[in-house]
Amino acid sequence: MDFEALGLKAGIEIHQQLDTAEKLFCRCPTTLRKTEEHTGELFRYLHATVSEMGEIDRAAAEEMMDRRQFHYLTYPTTCLVENDEEPPAPMNREALGIALQVAKTFSMHPVEQVHTMRKLVIDGSNTSGFQRTALVAMGGDLPNGGAVETICLEEEAAQRVEGDTFSLDRLGIPLVEITTSPCMYTPEDVQTTAEYIGMVLRSTGKVKRGLGTIRQDINVSIAAGARVEIKGVQELDLIAEVVRREAQRQTELLAIRDELRTRHASVGEETYDVTALFRETKSSILKKAKMIRAFVLPGFAGLVGREIQPGRRLGSEISDYVKKCGLGGIFHTDELPAYGVTAEEVARLREHLGVADEDAIILVSGSKEKTACGVKQARHRARLAFEGIPEETRKMLEEGSTAYMRPLPGAARMYPETDVFPVVITDAIWEEIQVPELLSDLARRFERDLDPAVARQVAYSESLPLFRAAIRAGIKPNLAARTILATLKELGRDGVAVEKVSNDDVLAVLLAVEKDTVAKEAIPEILTEIAAGTPMATVIESHAGGISDEELAAIARKVVADRIDFVTEKGMRALGPLMGLVMDEARGKVDGKKVSEVLRSEISRVI
Amino acid sequence: MSETFATGDLVAASCRGHPVEGTYITDRDGMAVIKLKSGYNIGVEMATCSRVKAAGAPAVPAAPAVTQDDTLPELAIISTGGTIASKIDYRTGAVTSQFTADDILRAIPGLSSLARYRSEVLATILSENMTPRIWQDLARAIHAAIKDGAEGVIVTHGTDTMAYSASAVSYMLDTPVPVVFVGSQRSADRPSSDNIMNGLCAAAAARSDLGEVAVAMHATTNDDACAIHRATRVRKMHTSRRDAFQSLDMAPLGSVAYPSLAVTLSDEAVRRRETEPVLKDRLEEHCGLLSFYPGMAPEMVRAYEGYKGLVVAGTGLGHVSTACIEALKDLVDAGTMVVMTSQCLNGRVCDRVYDTGRDLLAAGVIEGEDMLPEAALTKMMWVLGNETDPEKAGTMMTTDLKGEIRRRSDHGF
Repeated sequence: MDFEALGLKAGIEIHQQLDTAEKLFCRCPTTLRKTEEHTGELFRYLHATVSEMGEIDRAAAEEMMDRRQFHYLTYPTTCLVENDEEPPAPMNREALGIALQVAKTFSMHPVEQVHTMRKLVIDGSNTSGFQRTALVAMGGDLPNGGAVETICLEEEAAQRVEGDTFSLDRLGIPLVEITTSPCMYTPEDVQTTAEYIGMVLRSTGKVKRGLGTIRQDINVSIAAGARVEIKGVQELDLIAEVVRREAQRQTELLAIRDELRTRHASVGEETYDVTALFRETKSSILKKAKMIRAFVLPGFAGLVGREIQPGRRLGSEISDYVKKCGLGGIFHTDELPAYGVTAEEVARLREHLGVADEDAIILVSGSKEKTACGVKQARHRARLAFEGIPEETRKMLEEGSTAYMRPLPGAARMYPETDVFPVVITDAIWEEIQVPELLSDLARRFERDLDPAVARQVAYSESLPLFRAAIRAGIKPNLAARTILATLKELGRDGVAVEKVSNDDVLAVLLAVEKDTVAKEAIPEILTEIAAGTPMATVIESHAGGISDEELAAIARKVVADRIDFVTEKGMRALGPLMGLVMDEARGKVDGKKVSEVLRSEISRVI
Repeated sequence: MSETFATGDLVAASCRGHPVEGTYITDRDGMAVIKLKSGYNIGVEMATCSRVKAAGAPAVPAAPAVTQDDTLPELAIISTGGTIASKIDYRTGAVTSQFTADDILRAIPGLSSLARYRSEVLATILSENMTPRIWQDLARAIHAAIKDGAEGVIVTHGTDTMAYSASAVSYMLDTPVPVVFVGSQRSADRPSSDNIMNGLCAAAAARSDLGEVAVAMHATTNDDACAIHRATRVRKMHTSRRDAFQSLDMAPLGSVAYPSLAVTLSDEAVRRRETEPVLKDRLEEHCGLLSFYPGMAPEMVRAYEGYKGLVVAGTGLGHVSTACIEALKDLVDAGTMVVMTSQCLNGRVCDRVYDTGRDLLAAGVIEGEDMLPEAALTKMMWVLGNETDPEKAGTMMTTDLKGEIRRRSDHGF
């Protein structure tokens, strides 16, 4: 695809959890829990409310179509604030400090008086029905010439466990939302920018790491298309693919629009109750439906089933809208016969409704009320096909295609959080904020001591703080990097419980090596024993020194004497093969270099 | 001097050198609060603001008409203010009471399918501003509504002092129909507000077979049921939870399931009856409530000199320090009625166990049985407002009038 010709434009919003001691508006720790550790459960309903400007937000209104009971799991590490049963505490200043640090790194302008807002979200992910969010700074620079528009400090939503059940451990963890201008023009550009912003965030050393701690929302449009927001892309590697697929979807939807216009297609206004036609059906879905409703899309045949993204059709888009009514989706004639619906049943349906081959039929099955809602939604989406691309919030599916979530929300969903007082950011506070060294600069600095690839790996690794502590303790960079990045990983792969080895343990072992108390060859073995629960002192002692230069020389002499024929025959080339034997004898207590020296001198003595 | 702005003006401003444009909202701590197009509010230096466009006439969306179904029973909604009828004041940022009863009907759409309503705004105050005068107005308004044919009455009220108001009304009014007080703990502007469920449950309770004054509020933290509490036995036991209201020393009178709104009443609940309501609205306001604490100076007690009555919330079985007894005796001798209750809230006062208790009785202090301190206070106001003979008044204080005293203590806590 020629993205320039398409007029591709994209911006991103990056949400990054902060690694603070407490949550943003309560004093709970920011610890994630296993759902089976929950100690309580509660359930609530949410109701759309009118905003400060007197409107109900369209996204909120749509979420209300199907009244849902939301369940929440509570933990000893959550409190009444997460339950929406206690007013919030003042804004966490540690979190604000981190947000300001990020802002300063992007050369942004901090807001003088920060106001916390409530952003209406009534999909159940917030017990209150809104997310607290505050604009902290504006107007920053990106290396690609684009701009960071805003940085907001927000509370994280509750994590969905399944269906309408949510876990309250994540609710309230502070996160920063960084929004760029629509300053990216290729899928790769979006990915590179996301990587850069992620790197800046990690440079603070105060962000959470691991899957789910950073999420990207991507805003994409093509010249003739419309702005679509794709929520929650967690894997960096997928960003470019998501953008490519959205450009494809918009292109295809525009092609469908043009085709519909050429065909003079329309959306049938009449709804038919066709329950009786499927009384004998083998389709398990239709069989258990209390009611089946149908309507006709004249001129749509072939287009409903046309692929617009890998695995997605116009029919899938219609289906997504219908799901808002609490239904599973739709059947349409472009995909039938299938799913247990026979060709005869389709023929009977076509005949009954008196439709031509160039027309498509949509079937909606379920309860009387839900099917009425479903038909309305399906018709609405079908009509939108004549306009092209609806402005939507979409969620990412596996592999990078997307599905409809809700309309793009407007500013009507924001109103002040009156329970939290505004926070003034004085010049003094702003001046005190330190800009962190960027990890990219750090990596370059590490290159003085390390191989460039290793330097970068260390700088970007979650173990950077451990590496830095090791260097501060006087450990050689190569030894520290090798142990922290490679040895621990290899041991873990071999089934050693490396998670039981603390940073302090690693430091103690490295120090013992540095002081020549133990040989560096012994590190894997020592760490393995520590992981198995042996006390550090015991492990170090059992591997400690013990072999004097004389003893080592004696071992080498014996090894050489036992294989004297081999040594005479091979000469100095016997060094390699014999190294291992001496090392075995020395039980990893001696540095390899030293063994090599002693062995070399023994061999040269006999040849 | 910098310009002055009106809410709704479009202004351009500078945020530490960064140009911004937004709608002027208000002045907060000397800074201009403006709403950006994204919906976010920020505070900027007033001096950097300049008007781009003056606010047009505020677009007030027309309130939808409240439709009433004439075939349904008639209920009265009497609004006094409080969180259930609150709205955010976006200028000050505070939550204030400014809804009318019609607004409540609009805010809780399901109400209109339960009954038809007449509504009256008696006050628009936060409940800490409630006074005995307003309790009297309230009792009169309820009485009038019942005389006028209301088959049940809903009183919307701030939760902080709702138990006082409910018990005060309970003494002033003999009612043949349910009089249900209701409030909410979370403000109406949030999607999670408990106002909808509490409002619907209160309406269901007001339609039910109940024939006394009650409080209907969330029974648990879940949106599953409201408890119906007796007015003289209920207390707000938590600052912020939805299920803050608890019946003390007795089970609730009943419950309303949600969302079915099915009402269940206990055997103890007084039932609806075919009589006229009786109003006795006199109250003696010069009554006080004093919570004793260790080390309390006798001067604290003497501060009530000249009062007609004083309820003491004593320790444990109903005690104050020996140091305060003399002062209490002086009050009694000077004609102040003194009634002892307990800070324990659960259980009965007994001043015959320890010496200080016996001294209190000797000083003329009346044992308040198992009355809650606040229910004893409102009762004292009513008793002293209606009975001038001190002996008879004292007997009334130890006699159950509206379920505030139970003759025997059952096992429940």
